[in-house]
Amino acid sequence: MDLQFSTEHTVFQDEVRTFIKDNLPRDLQDKRQRGLRLEKEDVFRWHVILHEKGWIAPHWPVEHGGCAWDPVRRYIFGEELARAHCPPLSPFGLTMVGPVIYSFGNQEQKSRFLPKILSGEEFWCQGYSEPSAGSDLASLQTRAVRDGDHFIVNGQKTWTSYAQWADWIFCLVRTSSEGKQQEGISFLLIDMNSPGVEFRPIVTMDGDAEINDTFFDNVRVPAENLVGAENKGWTYAKFLLGNERSSIAEVGHSKARLRRLKDIAQEEKGGGQPVYADPDFRKSIAELEIKLKALEYTELRFLMADTRGEGPGAEVSMLKIRGTEIQQELTELSMKAVGMYAHPYIPESMEYGWNENHVGPNLAAGLSPAYFNVRKTSIYGGSNEIQKNIMAKMVLGL
Amino acid sequence: MDFSLTEEQQLLKDSVDRFVRENYEFETRRKTAATSEGFTDENWKQMAELGWLAVALPEEFGGIGGGATETMVIMEGFGRGLVLEPFFATVVLGANLIQQAGNDAQKEDLLPKLAEGNLKLCFAYAERQARFDLNDVETKAEKSGGGYMINGAKGVVFGAAAADKIIVAARTSGATRDTKGITLFIVDSDAAGVSRRDYVTNDALRASEIAFENVFVDASGVLGGADNGYSVIERVAEFAVAALCAEAVGCMDVLKEETNEYIKTREQFGQPIGKFQVLQHRMVDILINCEEARSMAYVATAMMDSDDAEERARSVAAAKAQIGKSARFVGQNSIQMHGGMGMTDEMKVGHYFKRLTMIDLTFGDQDYHTKRFAAMT
Repeated sequence: MDLQFSTEHTVFQDEVRTFIKDNLPRDLQDKRQRGLRLEKEDVFRWHVILHEKGWIAPHWPVEHGGCAWDPVRRYIFGEELARAHCPPLSPFGLTMVGPVIYSFGNQEQKSRFLPKILSGEEFWCQGYSEPSAGSDLASLQTRAVRDGDHFIVNGQKTWTSYAQWADWIFCLVRTSSEGKQQEGISFLLIDMNSPGVEFRPIVTMDGDAEINDTFFDNVRVPAENLVGAENKGWTYAKFLLGNERSSIAEVGHSKARLRRLKDIAQEEKGGGQPVYADPDFRKSIAELEIKLKALEYTELRFLMADTRGEGPGAEVSMLKIRGTEIQQELTELSMKAVGMYAHPYIPESMEYGWNENHVGPNLAAGLSPAYFNVRKTSIYGGSNEIQKNIMAKMVLGL
Repeated sequence: MDFSLTEEQQLLKDSVDRFVRENYEFETRRKTAATSEGFTDENWKQMAELGWLAVALPEEFGGIGGGATETMVIMEGFGRGLVLEPFFATVVLGANLIQQAGNDAQKEDLLPKLAEGNLKLCFAYAERQARFDLNDVETKAEKSGGGYMINGAKGVVFGAAAADKIIVAARTSGATRDTKGITLFIVDSDAAGVSRRDYVTNDALRASEIAFENVFVDASGVLGGADNGYSVIERVAEFAVAALCAEAVGCMDVLKEETNEYIKTREQFGQPIGKFQVLQHRMVDILINCEEARSMAYVATAMMDSDDAEERARSVAAAKAQIGKSARFVGQNSIQMHGGMGMTDEMKVGHYFKRLTMIDLTFGDQDYHTKRFAAMT
């Protein structure tokens, strides 16, 4: 039993820390730290900096332009990025479709798509959910019918995050209605600029509009954009979902939120003392911090097992479940810390460069919207109920 | 023991339900919420005509002589419709303060106008450092030329932009957190030295930050006895909490109905998702939470006329704590069971969830009232 990183890893940690300190643009750090809205250009700017350093794809094999770091390095890297309030990179290319392409795609697809994912030149979004295929993803109905050397795609995807930023969308489409539902699904890459692709923003309850409905009306997609074998898309989809699931525990991000919560609780007053001095409030924060620590070491245990080639299976679902619960409780407690100043809704104050005085505490403006927004985390990426079904079946054999 | 409404109260309930049905179709509400005022004068007029603005006032001031139960009936109905008019600010807080503390001249001058819909009020009680403590008042009022000069800042004043007059709690003696030494003043909204910063709230209502800079109020603007405002504030806050509890019950009932309907009709894996036991049990827990909330809202309302101040305060604290707990469970799980649809602005549920979240953070949240209750046990 040893909770310390090896010397090699602490040296690496220092290297990452120094690099971030020297290279993260101050305005981006400031935006992130204050929970302000990030634009595509912000994300892109940081993406390019990491790409030039060669650190854009920690988990990709070297032959495809990645770092092929061991899980501990990857963990340290993610932690340091979050700790320093770096803008989160878009996961759709790097974490989701990239690994599918290098694992299951052909050589042409690898050369065509991977370099531009790495450089950030092409931005991706995800076409999985449909209005009537949410938790039951395999019932999806968007059709792709072969027509010579093209597929003709018709249907609708929904909850498409950042479609408005995207050049490409990776889609699950139905290419066969025979046999089991899962056996007629294919994995198709579609240019967002193709005639017949349209998207419409969906306003969410926090007032944001980062998600969309995406419509396909007789969209002609070259057959060469089919990844892997026709009707085998479900296998690739599950591979991708496994990666997504383990990446949404967000331990580093939650640690940053926890620090911010403590700052707010120290700044705000109630009963003639800082909110942080209230034993009950402090206990709530402590309980959350312990929950987060338990998650962190559970994730580390899984990572270490992974380095020994005993990669966890369906257990990773627990990281998604607890990770999202913690994000929700953290945002809720942060909102409660400012008491009545949870009421004002001043979206313009969440934009960078807004120079007016804040209403109430400086950090208050985004807290309620953040609480409303992260309700989505227990719904997306496979709802937490579905994660529990997976664990019950795959881990417990029930 | 009787939990039923009288015949008159039932008629009032029917009339409120009809108003919400006819005037608060969800898309209409959305449009109204997006206007700069955030409510409509037509609705306000209609509320006046129906006698609701004078619901708890004696008949001599144009009232219908009702009380806490009538207010509860109205607020529950308004909760179902997410009504936007500043009823809470003007009637539940404003009219009550005047009735509790006003002298004859003030009552005769203000209450009939209020009843007719020609006077809106707001109550500036909260300050940033106070969190939820009503006694924590820094805003100062000092004697000056036969009246008082007010200086200070108040936060999150509901309905201030629409109000003709502001009732403000200011310190006339004692230290910041003393209960003794707080005095209530009636100030014209456009009085010299009053400046406002208006904003929309997360639940689409309107509130303001108000600064008072050398605002002069003459002796006729003092509401109730000097230095003795706290007991009035406390009493009105109890009434306000009972009213908010009723509104929350209305909100929760809609979430319960909408969610139950959704899981009956939304199909995944070849069947309605309501067939899955995990959702059935959660739906039952929502139902139980709604019933607990309703029971405690009734308790708070029924205690309003009690002379046992201690038991009344305990009941109100217990009710607000229960409402906070229930609202959180019902709100969060209604969103969860609606899946992605629950996150959208298009669906009703998010709007009810937001209102419930904000109700918890008004006049003390669940933790605050649990602690109060513990201290009084």
